[in-house]
Amino acid sequence: MTDPWNRLEAAFPSQARQPDAPRQAPLLDVRGLRTAFHTEAGAWPAVDGVDLSVRRGEILGLVGESGSGKSVTGFSLLGLIDPPGEVVEGEIRFDGQDLRALDEEQMRQLRGNRIAMIFQDPLMTLNPVLRIEEQMLEAIQAHAPVARREALRRCVEALEMVGIPAPEKRLRSYPHEFSGGMRQRVAIAIAMLNKPDLIICDEPTTALDVTIQGQILYRMQKICREHGTALIWITHDLGVVAELADRVAVMYAGRIVESGPVAQVLEAPRHPYTRGLLESMPARALPGARLPQIEGMAPSLAARPVGCAFRPRCPSAVTRCAEQAPAPVQEGERGYRCYVPLAPISQNS
Amino acid sequence: MQTTSSKTRARTLQPLPDTPRRAGILKQLRSRPTVRGAGLALLALIVLVLAAPWFAPQNPYNLADLNLLDGRLAPFSQSMDGVRYLLGTDDQGRDMLSAILYGLRISLLVGLASVVIATAIGSLVGLLAAYAGGLLDMLLMRLVDFVLGFPSILVALVLLAIMGRGVDKVILAIVLVQWAHYARIMRGRALQERHKEYVEAAANLGYPAWRVMLFHLLPNCLGPVLVFATVQVAHAIVLEATLSFLGVGVPITRPSLGLLIANGFQYLLSGDYWISLFPGLALLALILIINIVGERLRTALDPKK
Amino acid sequence: MALFIVRRLIQSAFVLLAVSLVVFLAVYAVGDPIELLVSPQASPADRAAMIARLGLDLPLWEQYWHFLVRALHGDLGASFVYGTSTIQLIAQRMPATFELVVIAITLTCVVGVPLGLVAGLYRNKLLGKGILSSSVLGFSLPNFWLGMMLILTFAVWLGWLPASGRADPVSVLGIPLTITTLQGWRHLILPAINLSLANIALVLRMTASGVAEAQSQEYVKFARAKGIRPGRIVMRHILRNILIPVITVIGLEFGQLIAYSTITETVFAWPGMGKLLIDSVYHLDRPVVVAYVMLATLIFVLVNLVVDILYAALDPRVQLVENAA
Repeated sequence: MTDPWNRLEAAFPSQARQPDAPRQAPLLDVRGLRTAFHTEAGAWPAVDGVDLSVRRGEILGLVGESGSGKSVTGFSLLGLIDPPGEVVEGEIRFDGQDLRALDEEQMRQLRGNRIAMIFQDPLMTLNPVLRIEEQMLEAIQAHAPVARREALRRCVEALEMVGIPAPEKRLRSYPHEFSGGMRQRVAIAIAMLNKPDLIICDEPTTALDVTIQGQILYRMQKICREHGTALIWITHDLGVVAELADRVAVMYAGRIVESGPVAQVLEAPRHPYTRGLLESMPARALPGARLPQIEGMAPSLAARPVGCAFRPRCPSAVTRCAEQAPAPVQEGERGYRCYVPLAPISQNS
Repeated sequence: MQTTSSKTRARTLQPLPDTPRRAGILKQLRSRPTVRGAGLALLALIVLVLAAPWFAPQNPYNLADLNLLDGRLAPFSQSMDGVRYLLGTDDQGRDMLSAILYGLRISLLVGLASVVIATAIGSLVGLLAAYAGGLLDMLLMRLVDFVLGFPSILVALVLLAIMGRGVDKVILAIVLVQWAHYARIMRGRALQERHKEYVEAAANLGYPAWRVMLFHLLPNCLGPVLVFATVQVAHAIVLEATLSFLGVGVPITRPSLGLLIANGFQYLLSGDYWISLFPGLALLALILIINIVGERLRTALDPKK
Repeated sequence: MALFIVRRLIQSAFVLLAVSLVVFLAVYAVGDPIELLVSPQASPADRAAMIARLGLDLPLWEQYWHFLVRALHGDLGASFVYGTSTIQLIAQRMPATFELVVIAITLTCVVGVPLGLVAGLYRNKLLGKGILSSSVLGFSLPNFWLGMMLILTFAVWLGWLPASGRADPVSVLGIPLTITTLQGWRHLILPAINLSLANIALVLRMTASGVAEAQSQEYVKFARAKGIRPGRIVMRHILRNILIPVITVIGLEFGQLIAYSTITETVFAWPGMGKLLIDSVYHLDRPVVVAYVMLATLIFVLVNLVVDILYAALDPRVQLVENAA
């Protein structure tokens, strides 16, 4: 009978927590992920065949509008999809191990330990009747038998790392005594407590105002570079991705339509949707001119068109786009799903 | 976009959308088997109790009909003159079956009457509070809070201690402890509806306040109140039974099931269980049926649909 | 927190004052105080003396003032039947009632909360559904009938337990209680169960729905994302959040229980306050009824106050809202 603490180790080969070498297998490798929601009418795939990969220490920005399935992707990775949803297909390889093959207890040992998650609204995610101290201690003690004093020291350390003043006193506070930005910092501190390899951040700055957002972004980047933590940053804001991420994946109607290194994708997008997103960013607009927009609206889960989901809104669509969804095309570091990709722009732009 | 001449537009005032959904409730009720069963049972019960004087084997409250020697006979036993008492007799020789039939009448009467009256009074108060607003609203709601702060059984008990026994007094006592619930529910709903356009429109048309309240606002706020009332019928019946059991409810001349049970209590210990058991079972059956029908009525009336 | 308590105290005082006014008006203004407070067996001389003492010839507001003063001094009249002070009479019966109520509340917590937890966690399985449906019986069946059935089953047919009455009390810290003796428990258990059944059903349902609600909350999902063990999630995260409304209900039910004890005490011939009330009503011993109303109100108000304070202590958000208002 294996001791529960060691079951996790048993699932993973001993190469865990070694420094990343170039050309090594990515930390997270997702192939063909499909997550569907069961209704009386059938199972609607919110995530429809997604491929993702993240290397150690890399920051991936997952961009999409609401309804694109980006949050569902994040939850699917950690196995936090509840009925009526279900991960129906796909391979989620974390450090070589397929996460879908693990049982619930093994997944539990992984969560908050090697893969952490930060949610969107910290007011809802922190339990209002428990002190911060307790909510942080339990994150440590759920994974290793750490003595209380040592655990508290780590909590204080984590709070200092995210820039919370007087951390020893703040530990005794309740969540509602913090402002929104501070609460999110606490959430980040909790995420970092066990020095995870990967943190999934589900729109953590959407609910905060812009100045606070900037501070949080800066902190996150600093922490990740210092500790070599990989990050999946889920957002609808391309601007955030431009600042923070190494690579970007653009999601539309449940599929990744474009991915690649941030600088390359943002300067020279291949998919018309990405270009549309870029052009509609207020930061890029010319003063006084009308803000360009993508015509139409993203389809709801039950109303996705056959073929390429973006076709009804695409300025360069052809007949082939309506017949079958384009398969992913890989060009070196970049990938896209399009029959009529935009021409690669030459260096002078 | 087409243009209609202003003359035609002015002539046709479209009716405002304020009629509650009543059609289809009966249809819904009829469709389910448990409801059908319970509904039929309720109907049968109502017919039974209304017709009790005609087909009960005996009028248990006509002293001339009673024979003391027939007292405390077990169920199914035969008296000396060959009368078979299906459910036994009580200490005075009353046939339990007849007594139960008569008792059901009183229980049902008190239950329904008190709920109807309490609904009427409570709804009016709640409506008034919501429509008038301001000081009146505050005063009325303070009153409601005050009344609701005390356990209903105690208040009813003390009220009846002061007023004495009697069916009408019991109904009054129950109404006095129940109305506040309806007032609160009605007020809550009316506050929501009050600001809708059809109310404003009616007021602007020059209708007096009482007309707007009663004919426009009230029909749309009845939903949650009626839902609550269906629960309360069973509660009222139980409350009356309890009060009668405690000796402050209906008088001996018009006994309800509660009083019958109380009468039989003393014989429980000597093993003559039927004097309390059967009225008790009858009471349970009544409550169960009303609850089932009430539940279905509730689902049909639920304004959240 | 102190501000909160002070505000609540003032509110409670107002309620007490309001009830005293209502009672006073009911007895002295609407009713006939002579009939209500002077024993029908009193001689004309006694009656005149009583009238003078109660000050019934004084203006109404003065009477009210005297009434309040007397009440605060513990004088709420004398019983017709016993001749002693009504307050003394009621106070003598209080330990018996409180014994019953406290055991009933304990049963409610010990049985209701765990059953509710199970029903909530397994609400989609047969177990949960079964528990929830049978709980409906708990509060829809008449209390007195259930009591009689308990007596019938356990005392008459099975003969395990006594049918009525209370055991001889033993003095515990100066209070005559029976929970310390086995005989005391044999008499206690049936009435306590009877009194607590409706509450058990209520608390059970509240706990079950609280669990359902808590499970869908974001903080539960977040706790799972942190890798917290499921057992701890239920105990610390879910239970803490549902305990607050449950405790409030239990506290409020304390007052209700005192009221419902009248029924249970009547069925089981338990010599408590409730039985005294019923007997007094039957014997037309009105001063006792009046005194009971005042005392019962005092108890309710005090209990509500304590519950409010407990609630504020348990849920730190409440105070913030209160003090800001």
